[in-house]
Amino acid sequence: MEGAGVISSWDLSVGVDGPGTRFVVFTCGCPLRCLYCQNPETWHLRDGRRVTVDEVMAEAAKYRRFIDVAGGGVTISGGEPLLQPGFTGELLRRSRALGLHTALDTSGYLGDRATDELLADTDLVLLDIKSADPVGYRALTGVDLAPTLRFARRLSNLGRPTWIRFVLVPGLTDRVRDVDTLAAFVSTLRNVERVDVLPFHRMAMGKYRELGLEFPLADVSPPGPELLDRVRRQFRNMGLTCA
Amino acid sequence: MTLTEAWRGFRGTTWRTIVDVRAFIQANYTPYTGDEGFLAGPTPRTKTVWDTVAGMLPEERRRGIYDVDVATPSSITAHAPGYIDRDNELIVGLQTDAPLKRAIMPQGGLRMVENGLAAYGYELDPKVKEIFTKYRKTHNDGVFDAYTPEIRAARRAGLITGLPDAYGRGRIIGDYRRVALYGVDRLVEAKKAELGALDDAFSTDAVIRDREELNEQIRALHELRAMAASYGHDIGGPATTAHEAVQWLYFAYLAAVKEQNGAAMSLGRTSTFLDVYLERDLAEGRITEERAQELVDDFVIKLRIVRFLRTPEYDQLFSGDPTWVTESIGGIGDDGRPLVTRTSFRYLQTLRNLGPAPEPNLTVFWSPRLPEPFKRFCATLSIETSSIQYESDELMRPVFGDDTAIACCVSAAPVGHQMQFFGARVNLAKTLLYAINGGRDEMTGDQIAPPTPPLTGDHLSYDELAPAFDHMMDWLARTYVNALNVIHHMHDKYAYERVEMALHDHPIKRTLACGIAGLSVAADSLSAVKYARVRVIRDASGLAVDYEVEGDYPAFGNNDDRVDAIAVDLVHSFMEKVRRHPAYRGAEHTQSVLTITSNVVYGKHTGNTPDGRRAGLPFAPGANPMNGRDRHGMIASALSVAKLPYGDAQDGISLTNTVTPEGLGRTEEERVTNLAGVLDGYMDAGGFHMNVNVLTRATLLDAMEHPEKYPQLTIRVSGYAVNFVRLTREQQQDVVDRTFHGTL
Repeated sequence: MEGAGVISSWDLSVGVDGPGTRFVVFTCGCPLRCLYCQNPETWHLRDGRRVTVDEVMAEAAKYRRFIDVAGGGVTISGGEPLLQPGFTGELLRRSRALGLHTALDTSGYLGDRATDELLADTDLVLLDIKSADPVGYRALTGVDLAPTLRFARRLSNLGRPTWIRFVLVPGLTDRVRDVDTLAAFVSTLRNVERVDVLPFHRMAMGKYRELGLEFPLADVSPPGPELLDRVRRQFRNMGLTCA
Repeated sequence: MTLTEAWRGFRGTTWRTIVDVRAFIQANYTPYTGDEGFLAGPTPRTKTVWDTVAGMLPEERRRGIYDVDVATPSSITAHAPGYIDRDNELIVGLQTDAPLKRAIMPQGGLRMVENGLAAYGYELDPKVKEIFTKYRKTHNDGVFDAYTPEIRAARRAGLITGLPDAYGRGRIIGDYRRVALYGVDRLVEAKKAELGALDDAFSTDAVIRDREELNEQIRALHELRAMAASYGHDIGGPATTAHEAVQWLYFAYLAAVKEQNGAAMSLGRTSTFLDVYLERDLAEGRITEERAQELVDDFVIKLRIVRFLRTPEYDQLFSGDPTWVTESIGGIGDDGRPLVTRTSFRYLQTLRNLGPAPEPNLTVFWSPRLPEPFKRFCATLSIETSSIQYESDELMRPVFGDDTAIACCVSAAPVGHQMQFFGARVNLAKTLLYAINGGRDEMTGDQIAPPTPPLTGDHLSYDELAPAFDHMMDWLARTYVNALNVIHHMHDKYAYERVEMALHDHPIKRTLACGIAGLSVAADSLSAVKYARVRVIRDASGLAVDYEVEGDYPAFGNNDDRVDAIAVDLVHSFMEKVRRHPAYRGAEHTQSVLTITSNVVYGKHTGNTPDGRRAGLPFAPGANPMNGRDRHGMIASALSVAKLPYGDAQDGISLTNTVTPEGLGRTEEERVTNLAGVLDGYMDAGGFHMNVNVLTRATLLDAMEHPEKYPQLTIRVSGYAVNFVRLTREQQQDVVDRTFHGTL
């Protein structure tokens, strides 16, 4: 397991998966089924491609110089990268050894599987908290909220720099009370550098069609600027930095 | 005006005794490493003048052209003075006697003029027609007298296209700054000295031609002075103020665009030169920052309304009304000081003061070593306006020096010391199909190239295709240089750029600027044949007309050496082939990987290709990977292009990237930082050029339906910028379909 893992793809992104230009590895397999998931092709391990850590690192190495100059790093995303903690940990360790800034993009649901060593090799955690309401969280993701909150507190105790990511879906995650609850929780953490409120969008509908799946939120519109503003203000009101 | 007054406070000596603008700049400019905080917004005067022009543009768009003088063949002095708003203009001078009124320039070719007029409901004055049919031959006539049947066939088939054989070749940048620094009289003296140096030379073809050209240049300088006088300015002596410096420089450029309808009529590298004057006037208390900006704004308004009469076919090829008034900004000097000045900022500020526009074609010479605040300002404006292109100062400076400017889109040359013979481009993708079909055209079945054995297997074999393609490129390179030599011989003879060449040194270095289109289609096709299996589908006559790709192949644009190496090799080997054929006037062969917007038309004229591309569909623009085949994002795509060797493509390698704002980061601040970082990274990796569009697909779709809402929406396409609403529907669709990087 250590030397290999299952990925869906790799990609170069700018400014959306952590700071700067990122080499992003999308691992395969995820225990969550978020209604708005943008990467349905990464749900099942069986749909992925088995690759060795060496292969991934050889690809990443092609961008090392670029990332050095442009600013950025490596992000392990998914799927849920902590479904393959050994593989993910190895990618983070090796990337860091190359001198690259490392980020882990996770739902936190499998946070218990992240060893302290893995977290020590992670310069930045992008922690997606989809809702602070246990019932809402389950409805949205199909799993329990508690492990994610537990992981968030652990990161806080370890002092690992973290960005909280929250997807704003009109009619689903936009209730004032729920957002306040989340903001209040996040404000108790000592390691959060910022909160990203990500507007829900439907650009993945094509992927769903290709996979023969139905996109559950096909009729939901992206949030308007007023709603985005309000929600961001709610986070800022709790003393958080919110983009 | 005495030299003492005009040159008060200037430092340095060499530029005083010989014509050397670079030496003047180096001795006198003040690098600026601060931010944009000092800049001034538009004054009411600027707004009034711009609003007058902007108010005429919808009418021009509706009619195709606003107005045209059908009776006066243009020359430097042919038209009476014209004004936009005489009381409010600071910088004066128009191509004809009224704004947006086009001139006819029949020396390039009469048919172009007649067709251009007919397309917009005008008719050529019969007297002009008589003169240019009965008494005076045109460049176009000359070319077709000397074209061979083979050249004609290759041209007709769309294998060699866009050739400047019916209109002005352009791409020559006079050193317009010389007029401001020295005044016309001094330049005439210098030209007379160059002429005198030929007095003792024996009269060979070359010497005779040089003598005649130098006398034409001197005549043109006199005409330039007379034209300026008609606007009430005596430009015999040097400019004494910044206002005069801008005006003198503009008169010189204006003379060029009165005389030549060149494909690209670029401006050069003027901002840091003019900065010396603006800073002197500011220091003397003669002007305020507001006035300094007004002068730049007013100058830029003039550059925005340079117009040529062209045919709808030409406009279809190049999307609307391009003039490529390219201005090169920034860069680093040989001594390591940035060539960024406050006026570099002032030029870019016009995008805010006057709104976005395709012209002038603002080109930033980028280096990771540029001052950070300047980088950030550029990135900010790119995000706001999509109106800037970037070219690698680090690649150009070692080859051309630090007083280099871009002609057209990506073609670099030191200002005043070098000119190019513009050669458009050949269609490499179609050439590959010719290799498969033994020289027959895949669309018509006609034998265009000399017959070779066609490939006959059910599946294409790389070992057969690669040598056949190589052989076909041999023939193509020969036919191509053959055509270009004819074109430039005739252009020199019948449509010589008198005033532009008067603002160059003699003797001059010349390049023969060849070019290739369809690089990514050709590379992907070879990759498909090599790494997948490609089945050939032939028609009854045995002509290969379609291909079926079985399996996957690595596509150009994924930073994958397997296919990137094929593209690199194509660029290198075609350059080598071109170099084998002697160029007119001893020119040095160069090559570009650039299509402008002709990727759409090239695609239309090219059948199904072995990479799976369907017949008629557009190629990727310039050196871009094919749409949608670059699957790993903008950076991976760009790094494939960065591998193309500049040494084999010194006429430039064009890459266009379109990103959504969200694809650069979540906040404005981050987007600026990230875009500047991407440019640093790309240039560091050896990338040459990047167009940056920051747009959403939704905006473009809305602009297609409601053009009236987006009169100034500007997008960058392969080396220049266009008004999106002026593109044909087909071209708009091509832009929309192109890979948007960073759509979440």
